[in-house]
Amino acid sequence: MKKYLLAAAAVVALAIPSVLPTSLRAAEHVELPKENWSFNGVLGGFDRAQLQRGFQVYKDVCAACHSLNYVSFRNFEALGYSEEQVKSLAAQYEVEDGPDDSGDMFKRKAKPSDHIPKPFANESMARLANGGALPPDLSLITKARVGGPDYIYNLLLGYEEPPAGFVMNPGSSYDKYFPGNQIAMAKQISDGLVTYADGSPNDAAHIAKDVTAFLHWAAEPKLEARHSTGLRVTLYALIFAVLAYLTKRRIWKNIPH
Amino acid sequence: MSTEKSGPTGKSAWRKAYEWHEARLPIVSWLDHSLGTKYPVPRNLNYWWNFGSLAMFMLAVMIFTGIFLAMNYTPHVSLAFDSVEHIMRDVNYGWLIRYMHANGASFFFIVVYIHILRGMYYGSYKSPREVLWWIGILIYLAMMATAFLGYVLPWGQMSFWGATVITNFFSAIPGIGQSIVTLLWGGFSVDNPTLNRFFSLHYLLPFVIVGLIFLHIWALHVPGANNPLGIDAAPADKIPFFPYYVMKDVFGLGVFVVIYFIAVFWFPNALGEPDNYIKANPLQTPEHIVPEWYYLPFYAILRSIPNKLLGVILMFGSILILFALPWLDTSRVRSGNFRPVFRIFFVTWIIDVLILGWVGSQPPEGIIPTIGLIGTIWYFIHFAVILPVVGWLETPKPLPASISQPVLQAAE
Repeated sequence: MKKYLLAAAAVVALAIPSVLPTSLRAAEHVELPKENWSFNGVLGGFDRAQLQRGFQVYKDVCAACHSLNYVSFRNFEALGYSEEQVKSLAAQYEVEDGPDDSGDMFKRKAKPSDHIPKPFANESMARLANGGALPPDLSLITKARVGGPDYIYNLLLGYEEPPAGFVMNPGSSYDKYFPGNQIAMAKQISDGLVTYADGSPNDAAHIAKDVTAFLHWAAEPKLEARHSTGLRVTLYALIFAVLAYLTKRRIWKNIPH
Repeated sequence: MSTEKSGPTGKSAWRKAYEWHEARLPIVSWLDHSLGTKYPVPRNLNYWWNFGSLAMFMLAVMIFTGIFLAMNYTPHVSLAFDSVEHIMRDVNYGWLIRYMHANGASFFFIVVYIHILRGMYYGSYKSPREVLWWIGILIYLAMMATAFLGYVLPWGQMSFWGATVITNFFSAIPGIGQSIVTLLWGGFSVDNPTLNRFFSLHYLLPFVIVGLIFLHIWALHVPGANNPLGIDAAPADKIPFFPYYVMKDVFGLGVFVVIYFIAVFWFPNALGEPDNYIKANPLQTPEHIVPEWYYLPFYAILRSIPNKLLGVILMFGSILILFALPWLDTSRVRSGNFRPVFRIFFVTWIIDVLILGWVGSQPPEGIIPTIGLIGTIWYFIHFAVILPVVGWLETPKPLPASISQPVLQAAE
């Protein structure tokens, strides 16, 4: 057994350099404070009320510029909305469909199976409306940045006055967490930006946290299933390993080795 | 012997069917000789000998999950990234299959690296196992190619730019280099034809690896397994592979999958690059192009040499030199346990490779390329100078007369 622990330690030691690069690259920027997310931990999951608040922030604020291409309206049932609520939510949006029998494209109310419509028809229009910058799609944003949800949360709150002597490009803002510190997105999150129906606190920190949690759900919608399946599978494998060890010991009992 | 047992009437129908089949295709006897009761193995193998079967297990996991991924994946530049997200979001348990496959590549390499290091420490490459060692290097090369091709398929930023950088290695070849690159790309840039051929080859190569593993095990059975003492095992010191080592491997597998599952279920993206969750964009180069961790030491060797052609030669040479290892190591003692000087240099070499891996992950600025150059020089000095010289000058510790000698002493 001792020998096996040694082998396991070697496996971990070999894996360390692989984890190292990402963390070292993150260290080039300002140290990211670690937030206490509901989805951290062995059985961590999403807080449905928080996801609904975060969706409200996305819908009222972010969606003006940022698409959420990989999310369909039907996915919002995972936020705790009923099928009826999802239908009426989708019906607030219009999507293009067609061609119809006369060969024309037409507009209709969105259905739960539709993806969330994009704010801009194409990249050129998005850049034109945003001073040349392209607002990234947010479906995977918490997985597509070093630091993940902690980075997104702190970025949203990290707007500051540039230090004296720091030359800013026109149209950009100073953010202490953004690589290079000059971000094309102006400061969006502020105290009282939205009013929550459930009366939850709506200071800037809470709003940023709610919308980041929502975006992490959008990036990793199967996270809860992953954690709960993982616990069962791993416990099963542990019991299997113990039984295998006992069987092995019994079989090897009379072999000097 | 009673007539009841030997007579045909004494046999069960199953037994008769089995013997009928064995007389025509003796596949059960063949398996029994390959990995069963008729395969004698030294009794003193330690847990470092578990990693061969673990590597085979990981190959099976990769092929199994890969087949299901291919059912839902679309190899087209405008659809590949979306189809991977489709797998993650809409396909039943698609997230599990993909995370098992993506992390499986890393765990396959971890297992194979330990397997290789075990062979290097215990001298498993030495006579009469040189061909076994060669086939192992071929498997490793095929794995590197397969992993590279597979990493391109999700068509994220790092997929695209990694493919661009790595295929460009071949442009260093004088004269025909650029033609080779055009051939690899199927055009004049990394584009849809590149993705299509990479998908096809990524599906093909694992089955080449399966074939090489057959040869690897065949070559293993001719001399039999090496052991931690590195001395030839007498028949009395051998025990059948089944049940002893099968059960030991099953236990090792149990421990291994616990670690593997922890990565798959709780840290599925820890070994990946966040940039690969951004769709490939040929007009925007990522800040740092970093290959997957298992290539980093070789990437460091490439970048440490100011001359591109020489860098490419040394990068490939750092693996190809392993083919000559059985002759570069001039010591006749196989096991590092009896070679005090070799042990020191072996550990130094591992540290050197880890440093090179770290160098490969860093942007090549400041002191980093110098560290990489020193690490590269040491890497080759280890094989070309230290191993031959240590083999000549070192006085090994006395070898035991047989496996049972130290084993029985320890048992007393």
